[in-house]
Amino acid sequence: MGILAPMSLILLVCLPFLGALLPGLVHRAGRGMQAIAPALATVCGLAGLGSMAPAVLRGEVLAQRVEWMPQLGLAFSLRLDGLGLLFAGLILGIGLLVIIYARFYLSPRDPMGRFFSYLLLFQGAMLGIVLSDNILLLLVFWELTSLTSFLLIGYWSHLDEGRRGARMALTVTGAGGLALMAGALLLGRMAGSFELSVILTKANVIQAHALYLPMLILVLLGAFAKSAQVPFQFWLPQAMAAPTPVSAYLHSATMVKAGIFLMARLWPVLAGTPEWFGIVATAGLLTMLVGAWTALFKDDLKALLAYSTVSHLGLITLLLGLGTKAALVAAIFHIINHASFKAALFLSAGIVDHEAGTRSLSRLGGLARLMPVAFVLAGLAALSMAGVPPLNGFLSKEMLLEEVVHTGFAGSPWVLAALVTLGAAVSAAYSFRLIGAVFLGPVRADYPHHPHDAGAGITGPVMVLVALVLAIGLAPMLVAGGLVQVATEASAGSAVEVHIKLWHGLEPAALWMSLAALGGGLAIWGGFARLAAFDRAVHLPDSAGIFEAGIAGIVRLAQRVTRAVHDGPLSRGVGLALLTMWGPSVWAFAGGSHAAGNRATTPVELAPMVLALGLVLATFAALWLHRNRVLTLLLVGVVGLVLSLGFAYLAAPDLALTQITVEVVTVLLMLLALNLLPKSAPAEPLPRRMRDAVFAGGIGIGMAVLSYVMLMRDAAFEPISAFHLAQSKPGAGGNNAVNTIIVDFRGFDTYGEIIVLGIAAIIIAAVGQALQGLARSPAPASADAHPVMFATAARLLLPVGIMVGVYIYLRGHNLPGGGFVAGLVVAIALMLQFLASGLGWTTARLRVGFFGLIGAGVVAATVTGAGAWVWGKPYLTSWYGYVTLPGLEKFELASAMGFDLGVFLCVLGAVLATLSSVAQLTQKGAR
Amino acid sequence: MEALVSAIIGLLTAAGVWLILRPRTFDVIVGLSFLSYAVNVFLFASGRLAPGLSPIIDPAAQGYTDPLPQALVLTAIVISFGMTAVLVIMALGSYLRTGSDSTDFGKPDDGPDTRDAP
Repeated sequence: MGILAPMSLILLVCLPFLGALLPGLVHRAGRGMQAIAPALATVCGLAGLGSMAPAVLRGEVLAQRVEWMPQLGLAFSLRLDGLGLLFAGLILGIGLLVIIYARFYLSPRDPMGRFFSYLLLFQGAMLGIVLSDNILLLLVFWELTSLTSFLLIGYWSHLDEGRRGARMALTVTGAGGLALMAGALLLGRMAGSFELSVILTKANVIQAHALYLPMLILVLLGAFAKSAQVPFQFWLPQAMAAPTPVSAYLHSATMVKAGIFLMARLWPVLAGTPEWFGIVATAGLLTMLVGAWTALFKDDLKALLAYSTVSHLGLITLLLGLGTKAALVAAIFHIINHASFKAALFLSAGIVDHEAGTRSLSRLGGLARLMPVAFVLAGLAALSMAGVPPLNGFLSKEMLLEEVVHTGFAGSPWVLAALVTLGAAVSAAYSFRLIGAVFLGPVRADYPHHPHDAGAGITGPVMVLVALVLAIGLAPMLVAGGLVQVATEASAGSAVEVHIKLWHGLEPAALWMSLAALGGGLAIWGGFARLAAFDRAVHLPDSAGIFEAGIAGIVRLAQRVTRAVHDGPLSRGVGLALLTMWGPSVWAFAGGSHAAGNRATTPVELAPMVLALGLVLATFAALWLHRNRVLTLLLVGVVGLVLSLGFAYLAAPDLALTQITVEVVTVLLMLLALNLLPKSAPAEPLPRRMRDAVFAGGIGIGMAVLSYVMLMRDAAFEPISAFHLAQSKPGAGGNNAVNTIIVDFRGFDTYGEIIVLGIAAIIIAAVGQALQGLARSPAPASADAHPVMFATAARLLLPVGIMVGVYIYLRGHNLPGGGFVAGLVVAIALMLQFLASGLGWTTARLRVGFFGLIGAGVVAATVTGAGAWVWGKPYLTSWYGYVTLPGLEKFELASAMGFDLGVFLCVLGAVLATLSSVAQLTQKGAR
Repeated sequence: MEALVSAIIGLLTAAGVWLILRPRTFDVIVGLSFLSYAVNVFLFASGRLAPGLSPIIDPAAQGYTDPLPQALVLTAIVISFGMTAVLVIMALGSYLRTGSDSTDFGKPDDGPDTRDAP
């Protein structure tokens, strides 16, 4: 591999995400191409991993790091050590096999591109987990695997069981993810860093910490939920509603091993304490037994494999729980072995399902003669699962037995050994049953399809996996020894001796236990009918049912609350919401201190008194006359006008300009709407109005008191405005601090806001479209729709309005004004034309579409912001300088002006789009 | 002045709440406008009142008002226009489709909602 320079780790993680785009891009090239593209991405990933493997196998740890949010301790830092190499190899290797298999497995009706996009997204998320050095980053990828798993389980979204299985998996693993997040935060706090490379060196600090146990429980909740350990085992069988390649990939070989990976990753820090042993070993043992017992009696082939997966995950967890290095070696080794034989079995189950048309064991049998290749492959994989020598499953199971012999459990030296041997026996029994029920026995006449061996594309991947099963079984040290060694050393954090041998002589107890398990397995298989009757009689509790009943209960409760609150009238729900806010506020106020504020009051002059009087009168008149809607609207306009004068008086000229222009636009909009809405409302009973008045008065008084309390005190913390004022000129190149905050200091807020405004305009246009033709003609208010005097005056005003708008825009950086106000002013000037000459007349003369304006605005703001990158500065960093052009005075140019231009265009487009949408409705109505 | 501004905030809030509780779409929208006024003045006032000062940098200035609440309120005014406009088109849609501008939607479990049928 010396030819290849080691690939960047970041590129390795990003490859699958890039690959996920490919199926969409080659959509037209046909189904073959849609599979080849993601397969190529995976092959590139494998090649990249291969280029790094030699260094890792030598014991080096590769790392790459980009800061993300250093304040939070979050960095995009990746590491590749032995454990990561093992898992990344499994993810990419089995991923490639599954992609090839799925190409031939999916039916022509299934949208293939979508499937491969989801699969690659999952692959990327999984690679992210196993290569993260930062545990916060690991959490991000952890959640991503839950989400992509949801998409993959629900891939056949027309199936009820698919949707249900997807929901259940997401709920359980998502809830586990939350617990893990809390645990990771605790862990990071204890270690003083979120980097694994630091955390793994702090075992003493962490295990001595008072919060060790809560942290351990939270982390384990996440790991157990993901790896389907008791009591979370129920989601995994439900996830089998996914297409079989997904079951093979996510739910046996990779994703369910994420929990195992996490336990192995944090092993040096968490393991070795009595708490760890008590929780992890017990959960593992229980899961192993429950899973094996349940698997034994399943009739659905995939359900049997699902529970056997649960059982084997329990086995690995048990090994990790034992806390010894030798057990860790066995766990790591079994991860490889289980991935190989279980993926082979799942893929074989898919072949059987595909060929025979059913997965029900009671309807299968005798396939050995019809599908000899599948029989050999699935048979070998199942025998490996049973623990038959010389296959790889035998080796790791013997290592397990060897370990438990030495371990006391529940106060007795032999309990654990006996229980594990029993588990192994049941495991052997269901493996034998699988072979027997599917392949042995007489050929039947009633298969739904006519089974025969599948093509090379679908059998090939299984062959590769089974070859691995055989090779590891026959030459474990040669094939897997090196990888197991570096992976275990990376997991344990210290040197480890790895000796895996097929034959240890006749002395070890494990050999005899292994033989006992196989014999027991045969015996259980032989007595299967009687055991099945016993199982039906005792009936283990159905945890999936309990979970679903719990969810259904929560949904019923939510429905009851919703019905109680939203029982029809909007006012009731709003009233309850307001009451909910009001209650705690009054309670908090009653419990607080009420000392008078110490801030000096501002004297009241005559002019603001008069203004306030006008506002009070207009408000009361609006309330009194609210049933006369046109009049109400004019009174609202008066209130808005007074407020804008108030803003001007209180040293906020920008606000005054904005308020007055928005007021004009709003009143015009509402007037247009009133063309279609009823112009008056029926009377309401007085008691109701009085009751609401008392209620509203209470809230108003509350707000008034709150405002007064605030105004009479200084801010609890020093406001940051001093910084803005000091930096306005040197930092952003503008004298108007309000404008520099909008376009520079808090430019990202503004950026979001203009986009929201644009979205609102698009919503309005879309709803307006949908309402076309519904409007009834309002009675014409005047015989002359477009009076000549008005039209002429409006046209004369247009250039003046535009010039004022441009002037306001240009001066905005240094004096009151700016993009927002300028956009509104120009919009008003154009709206005057709507009113005076009609919408059609105006739009016919406007060369640009309104949505084009919105788009241009967003693009201008984006490009201006991104321009800073060219100079290596963060997004939206502004630049300014002075320019001299011949014939003009020296003037200032600031990049923020480009941003403000975006604001201007976006506001203009949004206002015009909104008004024209509503106006269009009225015009249709008038026709 | 502080008491006056507080009283105005209270009055605008009360007017907004009272109108929102009316059972007609138009009144609800006007009520939200009043509530927006109240909230905007409240946010603006959180920079404290400073008549006579200015947020424009000037070497001769005695002092400045707090520009940050002003910037926030400025964008809030524009956004509340967008919000009002969305509500207006919703109200229009509901009126044009049902022939009523009432905000009493009937019980949610009254069976299938057929009002959307054209």
